[in-house]
Amino acid sequence: MVFSALSEKLQETFRRLRGKGKLGEKDVDEALREVKLALLEADVNFRVVRNFINRVRERAIGQEVMDSLTPGQMVIKIVHQELTKMMGEKAEKLKSSDRPPTVYLLAGLQGAGKTTTAGKLGGLLKNQGRRPLLVAADVYRPAAVKQLEVLGQQLDLPVYSDSGRDPVTIATGGVEKARQTQRDVVIIDTAGRLHVDAELMGELAAIKEAVEPEEILLVVDAMTGQDAVNVARNFHEQLTLTGLILTKLDSDTRGGAALSIREVTGCPIKLIGSGEKLDGIEVFHPERLASRILGMGDVLTLIEKAEANVEAEQAKALFKKIQKDEFTLEDFLDQMRQVQKMGPLDQILGMLPGIKPKQLQGLEFNEKSMKHLEALIQSMTPEERRTPQIINASRRRRIAKGAGRSVQEVNRLLSQFEQSKKMMKQLGKAGKGGLPKLPFW
Amino acid sequence: MAEGLVARLKTSLDKTRRKLLAPLEEAVRFHKKISPEFYEELEEILITSDVGYATTMLLMEKLKAKVRAEKAEDTAVVQSYLHSIIMQVLSAASPPELDGAEPLALLVVGVNGVGKTTSIAKLTEYYREQGKSGLLVAGDTFRAAAIEQLGIWAERIGVGLISHQAGADPGAVAFDGISAANARKVDVVIFDTAGRLHTKVNLMTELKKVHRVISQNLGARKLVNLLVLDATTGQNALEQARVFHEAIGVDGIILTKIDGTAKGGIVLPIVAELGLPIIWLGIGEQTGDLRRFDPQEFATALLAEDDD
Repeated sequence: MVFSALSEKLQETFRRLRGKGKLGEKDVDEALREVKLALLEADVNFRVVRNFINRVRERAIGQEVMDSLTPGQMVIKIVHQELTKMMGEKAEKLKSSDRPPTVYLLAGLQGAGKTTTAGKLGGLLKNQGRRPLLVAADVYRPAAVKQLEVLGQQLDLPVYSDSGRDPVTIATGGVEKARQTQRDVVIIDTAGRLHVDAELMGELAAIKEAVEPEEILLVVDAMTGQDAVNVARNFHEQLTLTGLILTKLDSDTRGGAALSIREVTGCPIKLIGSGEKLDGIEVFHPERLASRILGMGDVLTLIEKAEANVEAEQAKALFKKIQKDEFTLEDFLDQMRQVQKMGPLDQILGMLPGIKPKQLQGLEFNEKSMKHLEALIQSMTPEERRTPQIINASRRRRIAKGAGRSVQEVNRLLSQFEQSKKMMKQLGKAGKGGLPKLPFW
Repeated sequence: MAEGLVARLKTSLDKTRRKLLAPLEEAVRFHKKISPEFYEELEEILITSDVGYATTMLLMEKLKAKVRAEKAEDTAVVQSYLHSIIMQVLSAASPPELDGAEPLALLVVGVNGVGKTTSIAKLTEYYREQGKSGLLVAGDTFRAAAIEQLGIWAERIGVGLISHQAGADPGAVAFDGISAANARKVDVVIFDTAGRLHTKVNLMTELKKVHRVISQNLGARKLVNLLVLDATTGQNALEQARVFHEAIGVDGIILTKIDGTAKGGIVLPIVAELGLPIIWLGIGEQTGDLRRFDPQEFATALLAEDDD
């Protein structure tokens, strides 16, 4: 999961701090040294780290903290606030033009994920009821146009391209096409380019001038190192960016780029992309991400995802079953299907408070293992599904045979079932009082 | 062609060099005498070059030991000390033989967007210029238009392509690829693979299978696993290298996009902590823009005095 290493380090530092009744300057400095190190290891820009530490320190050794009954928690709160501030305070929406079509221009280095992002963004806008047109203005990379066309097909979105023409002509042609065909959003995918390549940067500026985009979005790979800041600054100076899209947040990157770019360019991070599936894009919420980094979970996003994907009635029925301890393997299968709709399991669980990044390692389900799961459960008798305790060795062998899987897989399924039963009971208990309990304040 | 390459490399390494050099020279001029503050500035310079905290500390330790041993006082000598220390670190891993008469199978792997396909095009061109026959295998059956992208390169360079349709099993493509290469007695067969984040267990398992298929059908061929890393990547590149190495055993690294402003300092921890040799540098978008990695040159480019 993204930020896991950073998250782990910070949480460990704060665990020690939290226990203290009184906090001296020395304690704060010691903790902050570790925070500094964790941030540097996470590729956060050196200068950004220094400023951040100074700000936190100034507040942490002030009255506010020293007078507090729980000074350790106060410091964590300050770090949380400053982290949020560093990433831009609140979520920022994409602007829309009063005179459609609204034009979004995507730019970035090679391999940042522009074409995939163009597709994802198109899908996101389509789901919001807009009518996007994708424009393939990457005339350099072999088969880039084809790639966007395939994505367009998958999303059922039109793609405009004009092979043999230059990118500026293609971009203007695309906007014209949108006007003619009543598409209200134009997403222009451009070729990857280095920020030091004057010629290609000039081409972007020419596209900008020709189509006057509402948003110029820099697509940045979240795994970028210290150089992220240089890249973003250069693009910003030459194009006046309106926002950033971070990609590949499903890696285990420590995500320092995310924490630095906003601070250095002042451009808000508007969207984040993760995964190769076309729905892997969401609005960026700085506050929620700060919570996730500090191990406080991201219950808000989780609830939103659940609301979007789980039917309320079903959820209620399930909740009752959990409370009455009547949760069966059939429910488990249902549950797995529902959770799968919300996104990859490790990402979903990562949003729960108190879950350590380590616990998520190796947790991954794909459609194939989903099918296996289904086959296994369907090879059980109704009685076995209701009371899995009766599944002895010979039943296990039969189930494995019936599903065409191994006995080990039956075993794994059963222990997974027991585990999630336990976990859900826990959640169910917390759920009675509203939200699951947060680990601190 | 050759001259163009040298000139291009020079400009791209110049950029790299100026980035690291400017602050280092500044620090040397400003401090004159070696002091804790000077060391701190050095640390900062190394960290901002993506060398990473742990390796920075390792380099600093070695540097301090050397300074003590030589009883040095002036900051001016630090540059050459640091050069030899970096050299020493980078020379610790030696690359496999890639230019012999032995037929090769190159398996090219990496996370998404690092430049695998472009690197493959460059490698193909490199071997074509040596008069060797080549074959490309389109193992990225997942990403939209990836097969077409490799196909266009194969056509441009004039080598054969083995491909299935999109969505096909990469293991099956690999099998056809290695079989065809052996049947046609091709000198170098290069396998493209889908970009995969090292954190995706399923995809890493798939890669292991592809690797297994190739290595079980090698014949007289030598298999070399090449990991492509993006020079703009930060500390995560180390994690990528570690996981790919654990999965299939990486024989060497291709470092791409070194022509930007990224300093590529991440190669230091990769060599120091994992012992994986850097073999190639990708320095531009043309098929000729591939260059053998030379530790001496790289260390010099990072630290040497500006000669113009």
